[in-house]
Amino acid sequence: MSAPIVEVTDLHVAFGPVRAVRGVSLAVRPGECVALVGESGSGKSVTARTLIGLTGDGAEVRAASLAIEGEDATRFGERRWRTIRGTGIGYVLQDALVSLDPLRPVGKEIAETLRLHRAVPRGTVAERVVALLREVGVPEPEVRAAQYPHELSGGLRQRALIASAIACGPRLLIADEPTTALDVTVQAQILRLLAERKRAGTAVLLISHDLAVVAELADRVLVMKEGEVVEEGPVAGVLRAPAHPYTRALLDAIPAEHAKGTRLSRTAAGNGAARPESTAGGVDGASESPPRVPPGVTPGRAHAGSGTGASALPGEVVIRARDLAKAFGGRPAVAGVSFELRAGETLGVVGESGSGKTTTARLVLGLLEPDAGEVEIDGRPWRGLGAAERRELRRHIQVVYQDPLSSFDPRFTVRRVLDEALAVGGEPRAARRDRAVELLEQVGLDAGFLERRPRHLSGGQRQRVAVARALAPRPRVIVCDEPVSALDVSIQAQVLDLLADLQASLGVAYLFISHHLGVIHHVSDRVLVMKDGRIVESGDVRRVFTAPQDPYTKELLAAVPRLEHAHGSSPHSADDRASDHRAPDHRAPARAHDRAYEQEPSR
Amino acid sequence: MTARRTVAGRIAARLGTSLLVLWGAVTVAFAALHLTPGDVADVLIGDSTVTPEVRAQIVREYGLDRPVPVQYLTYLGRVLHGDLGRSYQLHESVGEAIGSQIGPSIQLALTAFALAATVSVTVATLTAKRRRWVRGLFSGLELVGVSVPSFWAGILLLTLFSFTLGLFPVTGGLALPAVALAVPVIAVLTQVLREGLEIALDEPFVLTARSRGMGDLAVRVRHALRHALLPTVTLAGWLVGVLFGGAVIVEQVFSRPGIGRLTLAAVAGKDLPVVMGVVLVSAALYVVVNILLDVLYVVIDPRLRSAS
Repeated sequence: MSAPIVEVTDLHVAFGPVRAVRGVSLAVRPGECVALVGESGSGKSVTARTLIGLTGDGAEVRAASLAIEGEDATRFGERRWRTIRGTGIGYVLQDALVSLDPLRPVGKEIAETLRLHRAVPRGTVAERVVALLREVGVPEPEVRAAQYPHELSGGLRQRALIASAIACGPRLLIADEPTTALDVTVQAQILRLLAERKRAGTAVLLISHDLAVVAELADRVLVMKEGEVVEEGPVAGVLRAPAHPYTRALLDAIPAEHAKGTRLSRTAAGNGAARPESTAGGVDGASESPPRVPPGVTPGRAHAGSGTGASALPGEVVIRARDLAKAFGGRPAVAGVSFELRAGETLGVVGESGSGKTTTARLVLGLLEPDAGEVEIDGRPWRGLGAAERRELRRHIQVVYQDPLSSFDPRFTVRRVLDEALAVGGEPRAARRDRAVELLEQVGLDAGFLERRPRHLSGGQRQRVAVARALAPRPRVIVCDEPVSALDVSIQAQVLDLLADLQASLGVAYLFISHHLGVIHHVSDRVLVMKDGRIVESGDVRRVFTAPQDPYTKELLAAVPRLEHAHGSSPHSADDRASDHRAPDHRAPARAHDRAYEQEPSR
Repeated sequence: MTARRTVAGRIAARLGTSLLVLWGAVTVAFAALHLTPGDVADVLIGDSTVTPEVRAQIVREYGLDRPVPVQYLTYLGRVLHGDLGRSYQLHESVGEAIGSQIGPSIQLALTAFALAATVSVTVATLTAKRRRWVRGLFSGLELVGVSVPSFWAGILLLTLFSFTLGLFPVTGGLALPAVALAVPVIAVLTQVLREGLEIALDEPFVLTARSRGMGDLAVRVRHALRHALLPTVTLAGWLVGVLFGGAVIVEQVFSRPGIGRLTLAAVAGKDLPVVMGVVLVSAALYVVVNILLDVLYVVIDPRLRSAS
């Protein structure tokens, strides 16, 4: 059994009165991947940064022991830490567009690590940079080394970032959300790259909010909540048979695993869709006030197709898009896109960045004029409408964006946000206050939120207000453009449940755009798969996800990280898929140790 | 390929607007000449006395006996040929008058700028994200620096270093005037730079650089500083104004030759040709500096090279 590269016991980190990390113990051994999983604010990144002595300004760090390569790191001075960083421990952050200096070529960033530690003779630095880029799978490394982060694709950037972290051959690589900003196929490539490093004997500490990503790569997992480790163990065990209610809530909240109609969040749901084995507590208490179930259909609502059976009935067509085409600067962003959306239905649009999803949304919303083709909302085309008619038509189609904060005027209170939307919707002034309260109640908030400003709302609450605003003019359809992509998985679950409830009670149709296949799978009735501005496959969501026809759809679905891939629980682990020549007994000693490790509780 | 075209396009657009600025300055100068009460020829002559022949020559040269639009075009044509007219008080052409005085002014402005850049970069780099009292102390000093008028700073410097300590000459030196001129620039630049540095130091790429084993000072100088420079480039227009506007006063206080003194004397003596010449030269300078800064932007930030 090899000695751990890093081992910390009873770590406490506080920023003033905020106790970010409370009694965390962990060890990472060569060739092993340990994952720290949790939602934002759980203390996972703070823990990781403490291991390289970069906890941050004003942090108070305390630990029973902190050993790096057997040395007592609590006594390290700044000089020693600087040697450890880069040579002993490499650190990879998410989104290389901002994690690499945007003003310098990527090759210089990699060379910086080499120069700082005098890893190779000065004259051979450039050569080594190219070799490193080649090692992490960057094609044409000589060309790429001279390019800036914004000139590279997300995947190449992330590879360059990893190259700069491993330039001096650290024995431990800390990867903090290394794939969070990436498209799913690129994510799979980066995970494969990290798996290769692991096989080569590098220890990997993986920080992630995504249990499925963890399942692909990790051997052991520690689940963190509010600064504490609530559960830990071999990844297959934790994911298959979670012992702690929080872990169970996290797993339940993953949309990929549940078909449309099942609830993701653990709320006291009245719609009868809550899973019977749900236990109270868990995710909801964390940062969000538990949302109340929206009240049922308000009597006298004039929605066509409203009522409980809305999605079962073949509703009338609310959006008809025909042969849409739009090019920017001669480069087609959308080409030949046609679809129909019916009342009370959800049409998912999935694709990677640059696939034309958002351009399609803007064409549908009448915010962009198509070069060819036509969009009809409720049977009326955008084309040829005057400003007043456009405003009128716009009441029927509303939108919810990924980041509601940037779509709210920061000085507006929630009341003003809703009042404005109601005024646009033609609501008489006298009725607006009552309607605003009613809207808030529909999205699970109450009148107490009326005087709040966007900045003083949590991410989930903001997105609820955005949904309320979209509902204000009683639209037939809401375009949801990545509405849950910025949210933690438990909050995402609540918002997705809310959207489902609203559809059931109001009969509103959704054009739901996301890069996240699990989310699309969960919310959609039908789905469009887009690539390079075209629809490559479309149809019933179950059919597309279970029996994809198009090779690109197949590739996308194959790239999705899955919980079943957790080591030991399935023969199709990431390792197996990435490479066939894995030493068969590679993980055996680590496993044996895992059991020993589990017997001594860390808290 | 496209990137190069966008850069070229931007430069072309820049040159176009620059020409507009210059044209505006010429027009304003022409309008000032005609809106000043009194006969245009008298206005041009100002407080000096000239022979009737010279007066007739002025009328002929400026086309004063012809309609105003023609006069305007004549004036525009002369400026285009680099002829800024003649000062009847200095008995030399405006071009020569400015030419002989601009050297010391540029020397003063550049020295002040170099001093300001050095001090503010150093101070900002050393104090960004430091303890509260360090920042508080320097912010206080900067506030004083912004508030102190240049002439007062100049008099204080003279009193202390020249009259009391005798370290610097009372007139003609470069060091003290440059310091007096640099004080408000240092104060503002330091604040802007520090703010830029503090924003940059919170960026993920700084954490990445530190995680490679880079020391604090190196991170500040090699990574954060370049990001902090970007917002200061926007201040260039203000900077040119402060350096040349401040020179008017500082040159007077320190009895230095220069554009400032020339302008002051011209305004006091109602020497309108010189005043108009200074306006045009200032506008040209402003335009040149702005074009240079546009190029500087692109040098500092590679993202602008390809951005549309």
